[in-house]
Order: sequence, then structure tokens, then C-alpha cells
Amino acid sequence: MSPESLARMSNMAIYSSMLVLVGAMFAFAASFAGGRRKPADVVVTTEVGAGGTAVITRTELSVVEPGRRAANIGISLSWLAFALLLAGVVLRGIWAERAPWGNMYEFSITAALSVLGVYLLANTRVDLRWLGLFVVIPVLLTLGVAVTVLYTEAAQLVPALKSYWLVIHVFAAIVCAGAFTLAAATAGLSLVRDRAEKRGNVEGFLSARIPDAERLRALTNKTLAFAFPLWTFAVVAGAIWAENAWGRYWGWDPKETWAFITWVVYAAYLHARSTAGWRGNKASIIAIAGWAAFLMNYFGVNFLASSLHSYAGVGS
Amino acid sequence: MSQLPPLSNTGFLRWIWRQLTSMKTALVLLFLLALASVPGSIYPQRGVDPIKVRDYIANNPSWGPTLDRFGFFEVYSSPWFSAIYLLLFISLIGCVVPRVGVHFRAMRSAPPAAPKLLDRLAGTRTFTTDKDPAEVLNVAANALRQRKWRVVMGPQGAASWVAAEKGYLRETGNLVFHLALLFVLVAIAIGGLFGWKGNVIVREGSSFSDTLTQYDAWGGGRYTDAQDLPPFSFTLDKFTVDFERGVAQRGAPRAFEAEMSYKTDPSAPSQRALVEVNEPLVIGGAKVFLVGHGYAPIVTVTDKFGVQIFNDAVPFLPQDGMFTSTGVVKIPDSTPRLGLQALFLPTAALDEIRGPHSTFPGPDDPALFMSAWKGDLGLDSGTPQSVYRIVTDKMSKIGLGQLKIGESWKLPDGSGTVTFVGFKRWASFQIASDPGKELALVFVTLSILGLSLSLFIRRRRVWVKVATLDGVTVIQLAGIMRTSTFDDEDIGALSEDLDGVEQALMAAEVIRGNLEEER
Ligand code: HEM
Repeated sequence: MSPESLARMSNMAIYSSMLVLVGAMFAFAASFAGGRRKPADVVVTTEVGAGGTAVITRTELSVVEPGRRAANIGISLSWLAFALLLAGVVLRGIWAERAPWGNMYEFSITAALSVLGVYLLANTRVDLRWLGLFVVIPVLLTLGVAVTVLYTEAAQLVPALKSYWLVIHVFAAIVCAGAFTLAAATAGLSLVRDRAEKRGNVEGFLSARIPDAERLRALTNKTLAFAFPLWTFAVVAGAIWAENAWGRYWGWDPKETWAFITWVVYAAYLHARSTAGWRGNKASIIAIAGWAAFLMNYFGVNFLASSLHSYAGVGS
Repeated sequence: MSQLPPLSNTGFLRWIWRQLTSMKTALVLLFLLALASVPGSIYPQRGVDPIKVRDYIANNPSWGPTLDRFGFFEVYSSPWFSAIYLLLFISLIGCVVPRVGVHFRAMRSAPPAAPKLLDRLAGTRTFTTDKDPAEVLNVAANALRQRKWRVVMGPQGAASWVAAEKGYLRETGNLVFHLALLFVLVAIAIGGLFGWKGNVIVREGSSFSDTLTQYDAWGGGRYTDAQDLPPFSFTLDKFTVDFERGVAQRGAPRAFEAEMSYKTDPSAPSQRALVEVNEPLVIGGAKVFLVGHGYAPIVTVTDKFGVQIFNDAVPFLPQDGMFTSTGVVKIPDSTPRLGLQALFLPTAALDEIRGPHSTFPGPDDPALFMSAWKGDLGLDSGTPQSVYRIVTDKMSKIGLGQLKIGESWKLPDGSGTVTFVGFKRWASFQIASDPGKELALVFVTLSILGLSLSLFIRRRRVWVKVATLDGVTVIQLAGIMRTSTFDDEDIGALSEDLDGVEQALMAAEVIRGNLEEER
């Protein structure tokens, strides 16, 4: 197959994926708007008190259950979009004859793939249909920015990027992008829901349709417990790569600095969830701050700072 | 920081220590660490780019020096940054070391006896049986032991219990993680104190031997012996580069290769090696990394009598991605002394806005633009001179010239002729020895393993209680999670544990099925 047709197919797969995602977004939105009131939902939370005894709290909350049928359509469309996006990324890699992670356009489409993939996989284990709208929107935005602002023709890599550590490092970082985004979404929703619960009124349009704050916090926690060791690994793999390429494993380059800041903020999150007085909203805010640091590293450093890592390939 | 500090000296010290090793302080210190790292990504850093720092201070005379005084150009070795991470690690020691002892004792002690009332625990299950209580407990205990639980049997009798606990590795992992971080810091410190690194530019066909005087720049730690560097040497035989010629990312580098021959010490046989980006040469405990490259135009100069007074390839420094390169040629053997300030363009172009510049990094159409000076080059002043700059304060300009390869320029004042013979390439190498890096890698790996244990393993307890009431033997199963995080799936994991015991009891025909289940 000629390179041009591979390129065209890759782009076409990505555009179709966006189209399908728009459909998924409408389905999730419809599911959200057309929710049915559920009589009562029993929430059981356990907490270890003094001396290792468990304290069980049961809370009964009336919530609106987002429409099932529309949500299922949203999930199916999301899977279709995921498959198309995966095809787009893989075709891009075949076209470029390397792992498709050589510039910001490629990072972005893979990050979008990762956000969607992490969400859909998590959804097979716990019912996360209600979260769909909050995942599909950032994925669409990322893809939109990728195809309009960041698009570059495939090109070979600069020599510093020719390393299998690159593949490992970037892969881990991109999976983390998915998990961090998901965690930021659940953390943000937990703040909304928490405020409603504290006011004693969970009937608001948004807060009635999402799980209670404690469960949202648990989801955030779970996602970040998975992502933090992976991020640690990604940073270490990056350091090994840097040692091979530049002769030092850590040089406080802006990209390295922000990777470190992201790591420290998420370490603070993991501490906060077991520090008295910090487990609730404060921990959620830290989780969002960690995501902000990650985004800063991703966009801010690539565009603003002069860095050894300036291989973004934007505008050239 | 709930209570006021006590007033006595030892009381006060103990209070300080307790505050320092509290989780809240660790949290605040982590925030401070993140915050303190930010300025280093905003302001240029001496360790990364000293020239940028100099320029920054020169361009911002009002606050540049103030920022400098407070260490904003050396954030990561500044007193305030060091203070934060040292406090954090002191806090870590104070926090983690006592937990090692506590955990060690916990690992060796028996799980606690069953609480009086299991009913209050989440997921309690109740069954009845006509089997002997001791037999029931034996079956349960064996099932738990098989699943690697630590099991304790209660006293013999009609009403007794089995207590079991699992997941001690969680705390072990957490301790390993924190302690390994401490040793990563130690390994970094070892690298800083005993390591060294230097940079050198080597032209094609030239050699380098590993002594201090041969480096363009060199820095070592406090305990590095600069007189005792490994005695290797190498020659850059050939340097090949390749640039993108397609439309996308035109001019971006695609491959660098340095063909080298090297000796581990002067008497050793010569060996050959190919050094590339990402493929350093490992030699004598050090690594030789290819970090950059450029052009060295070959220039000859003859004096007014036609006698050659200069013939050399002079390394020029690239100024942009297209390798518009600047450099100087100093000719000390002429009278008066001559100096050339020059621009080397691998693919020359001239326009009104940018002046002479290069449009492609490959040598498609090389040209040399220069201004010639005569007078005092400052070579006799005794102060070290940059090989990339001429101080023209005490010199006068002779004229401007422009050459293609093979062309000559007769200086307008008749003092000589400059010929642009051709060019060589040069490669720059970073040569580094970091004796701490393997140790750092070992401990970082250990810390990731510890972290994973700490985050994925759940510490939990299970009890099986048997009591005979009115001739009926009642069995109760219950458990608790001992993790302190909000994790609603923990409950699910616990019920899987209870399922396991229940199935073992069913398999031994102790119970027939679930009579009463409460979740
Ligand atoms: C270099 C700084 C530190 C980093 C990067 C760090 C990182 C972490 C991380 C990622 C966790 C999560 C693992 C888990 O939940 O088991 C954790 C847990 C923990 N850390 Fe740290 N830590 C640091 C310093 C400290 C200090 C100074 C203390 C003492 C005040 C401390 C006490 C704890 C405790 C008690 C836990 C367990 C919390 C739990 O049971 O979930 N850490 N730490």
C-alpha cells in the first residue's frame, strides 16, 4: 500500500472516530437529561476506627438514574470510536514506520485513545456509564486540537528519540494521561456532589445524576492508585533514556521538572487520603492540581519553554 | 498543630519532633517541594545554560541580581530548596523508622481474638450445623492456612473461634517504598560528590585524551580526584549526519554517527566504536555521549610575502537549527596580529531582513562571511581567552569579505590573503562518570515494587466463630479491612475472602448452604 493511502486512511479513521464520538456525546447527554428517579440507593461505607474496629455507615439517598438505553448506546458508540481511533493510531505508526509517538499530534491522538480506553476498560469492571459525558467531551476536545492545531505530516524521528526507552516511557506516560484525566473528572464531580450533599439537597440537575461523593472519591483513589506507580515508572524510564541520550539521568530540564512536580503533587494526594482532615474535598482538589501539573507539562512546556525535549514538531 | 508547645526544653524539642513527623507536616512539605520546583522551570538555570542566565541578568538589571541573590538561577541547589527536601527526608526518617519496629512486631504477633459481636461487621454470614464445633473450626482454619492467611485458634470448647489475618506486605511495601526513596537520595548524593562530567569538542581526525586540560568545560564533585581521571583516549575518525529533506520538519536531524577509535589506556590496543545519540561509548568507568555537532571551516592565511602563517580547521558554534554558525579565527603569528570574525553558512542565503543566514543544515552551498581586524588580540594579557570571541576594543577593522569554498580574499590593506579551503565536521561529547547511578536505579526499582505492594495489597482480618445455643451449633463468618483508605471495593474483596471460607465449609459438608445472609 502506498504511503499516501496509509496517511489518508489514518486521517480518515481519526475523523470517523470523532464523528462517532459526537454521536456518543449526544447519547450520553440524552441519557443524562432523560433520567428516571430511583427510589433509594443504599450506600455503605466502612471506616476503620480506633483499635481496628470497623464503623459502618449506611446512607440512603434518592438519586436520578441516568437513562439506561441512551447510555448503552453511548457506550457502544464509544467502543466503536475507540476501535476507529486505534486503527488511526496504528495506521499512523505503519505510515511513519515507527511507534507513532514522535510529535505532539501523535501524542495527542494516542492520549485521546488512552483516556477513552482507560474509561471503557474501567466501565467493564464498575458501572461508569454516568461518567461517559465527562470522558467523551475532553476526548473530543483533545482530538479537535490535534487535527486542527497540532497536525503534522509523519516524519522520521530526531536521533534522540530513537530508543526503545522512548516507546516504554511514552507508552507509560500516555496511559497515565488517560488515568489522570479520568481521576480529575471523578474528583471534580465529587466536589460538585459533596457541596450538594452538605447542603442536604442532591436534587440539582448534575448532582442528582452522579454517584455520591464518597463513591466518586473512591473511584478517584482507585484510578490514582493504579496511575501513580505507573507514573513513577514512566519518570524513571524517562531518566534512563535521558542518561543514554544526554549523559545525565536528571538535569532539571523544564519537562523533567514538571514531571517531578506532577509526581510530588500526586504523592501528596496519596498522603492526603490518609491524613485526618484532608480525605474529602481537599484530596479531590489535590488530584485536580496533579492533573493541572500534568497538562502543564504536556502543553505548557512544549509550547513555552525551551527545552531539550522540544521535539513537539509544532509549526515546522 | 493542635496544641500549644510545652515550655520546658525537652518537652519543646519533643513537640517539635512530633510536629515534624506528623502526616500533616509531610503533606505541607510535599506541597512546598512542588511549589519550590516551579521557578526552576521559569528562570534559566546555571546548571543547564549558564549563558542564558548571564544574558537574563544583563537584560534585567533591576531584579536580575536580586533573583540571583536568592538562588533563582540555581533553584535546585539553593538553600531554600535544599531545606525543604532535607526537612522532608528528616520527617520521613522520623516517621518511617519507628513504624519498622511496630510492623516487625505486628508481623510476629498473632491476629487478635474475635470481637464479641460479629453481627455489627459488614457482610457477616451466619450458618447452622450439626457437626462438632472443633471440626468446623479445623476445616475453616485449614482453608485459611491454605490461602496463606496467618491463623490463630481460640481456646478449646463449645464456643470458640478462629482468627486470621492477611496482607502484611502492604505495610512492608509502604516501608520499603519510603526507605528506598531515602536511599535514592543517598545514591544521588554519591553521584554528586564523587562523579564528574566534562564537555569537549573534537574535530574529525583529531584526538582527545582524558586529562583535565583537554576539556572545554569540566566539573567534579567535592570528593572527585581530578588528577586521577581514567586514562583513556579516542580519535574521531569520521562523523556522519543526515537531515530531513522532505517538506515536513525539513532540516530536522535524522541521524548522527561518530566513528571512533579508542584506547582504554595509552598502552592498550586501539579499538573501534560507533557512537550515536542513545548509544554512548562505555570506557573506563565513564561514558562518552554524543551531544552535538557542527562545522569547522578550514581557513589558510598567507602574509604579504605569500608565506603561509595559518592553516587550521576552526570549530564554529551553530546558532540555529539551520546551522548558521559563528566563530573566530585568531592569527597570532602575523604582524600586526590579525583576527577574523566569521559566519559559516552550510547552505548560504542572503536577504535584507536576516542578512546572511543558512537555509539548510547540510553543506549544500557553504559560504564564509567575515570581517577582518588587526591590532591587539589580547593574547599577551595573561587572562584566559575565549576561542569563540574576539575583543575588538583595541583593534581596527580592515574590511568585510565573503568566500565560497576554494576562493581567496586579499585583505584590503594588503596585509595578507585569506583562503576558505573547505570544512571539517566536529562532534561535541559529554563525558561523565556517575558512580551513584546504578545504586539509584536499584533503589528506584525497589521503591516502585514497594509502592505497588503498598497500593494493591489489602490488609484484612477474618473471624470464624462457633457457638452452641439450645443444642444448635451456629457458625458466624465476618471480617474487616484494615486499610485506612476509602475504597468501596475493599468490601467486595472481603466478601470474596468470606466466600472462600464458606465454600470450604460446604465442601467439607459442614454446612449445606447459606441459611441467613446479611450484607
Ligand atoms: C519523600 C517524601 C515522601 C513521598 C514521595 C511519599 C509518598 C507516599 C506515597 C506515594 C504513599 C502511598 C502509598 C500507600 O498509600 O501505601 C505514601 C504513604 C504513606 N506515607 Fe509517605 N511519602 C513521603 C514522605 C512521608 C513522610 C515524611 C511521612 C511521615 C510523616 C510519610 C508517611 C506515610 C504514611 C503513614 C503512609 C501510609 C498511608 C496509608 O496507609 O495509606 N511519608 N507516601
